[in-house]
Amino acid sequence: MTAVAVDTSEPGHGADAHATDAHGHGHPPTNTGLSNDKVAMWAFLGSECLLFGALISTFFLYRSRAPLGTVKPHDVYDIPFTSVSSFILLMSSLTMVLALSAFNRADSRRSMVWLSATALLGATFLGGQIYEFTVFIREGMTLKTNPASSAFYVLTGFHGTHVGIGVLMLLILVILIAKGRLTPARAETIEIAGLYWHFVDVVWVVVFTVVYLLPL
Amino acid sequence: MATTHAAPAASADEHAEHADHPTEKNYWVIALILGVITAVEVALSYIDLGNAVAPLLLIGMVMKFFIVASYFMHLKFDSKMARRLFISGLSLALFCYLGVFMMFRQFGPRSDRQDIDLIETGVPQR
Repeated sequence: MTAVAVDTSEPGHGADAHATDAHGHGHPPTNTGLSNDKVAMWAFLGSECLLFGALISTFFLYRSRAPLGTVKPHDVYDIPFTSVSSFILLMSSLTMVLALSAFNRADSRRSMVWLSATALLGATFLGGQIYEFTVFIREGMTLKTNPASSAFYVLTGFHGTHVGIGVLMLLILVILIAKGRLTPARAETIEIAGLYWHFVDVVWVVVFTVVYLLPL
Repeated sequence: MATTHAAPAASADEHAEHADHPTEKNYWVIALILGVITAVEVALSYIDLGNAVAPLLLIGMVMKFFIVASYFMHLKFDSKMARRLFISGLSLALFCYLGVFMMFRQFGPRSDRQDIDLIETGVPQR
């Protein structure tokens, strides 16, 4: 790492180095050019790939392993219902980017509306998952029924937990903006929460195809 | 006022990366594309295309993954550092679990049936 003389009067390197541009991208005075918070979130998301990779692989290995006479996940799937849930989660990513875009324009009110919409869509997805679980349990597929059902519940349950944490995070952001404790000068906070939310969405893109749609 | 400090990695090329940042209208179009791909995927799962279904579904999945990561997560426009962090985690997961799959294929139960027998009876059947 070399120290280089930099004229801080140069745009982007001066006192406004933390300031964000029109798209919410600033250049903090770190060696990476990214704020430490953002680097931490990207590193965390990279490690989350390993967590979900393990869960998806486990499901793949066990998805057809069930004693005869027990209910397998593929016997109870309701594809139209889950497709609607998936669409809802995909659209929550749209509302999330619109929230960030509004916040970057210093339009806090609209940003709160989009953030609330994102939280609502996330909560709807979560409600759908809880409903789906109760239907599956009623049809005889519990966590302990067979290896396939265990792998299914652990994978989708972990994802659902991530969605739940994301919804809480979004609601906290809405409260902070409403109280004036989060201003457009700190738009990166929303961007970082958005990264987490989009990651949760991207994981569901994989889970929906691999778990629900791929034939046995 | 000129001072000396460690130069940030952010440079002119990063500004260039940010240049074509999507607009709100672009985001709506991207969401529409994602919705269409999802609808096609669901339709494919109902159509009997034989062995072609799985590859087509996986192509749709990869497309959606990269669209969300590139545009909604701004990975396409963000710094290379962010891209490297995410892609290294993703690649590590892919290599690691492909290895696990191959190991299971080589050394794991020879068939699902054998595993099921083990669950039912407690002893592997021949």
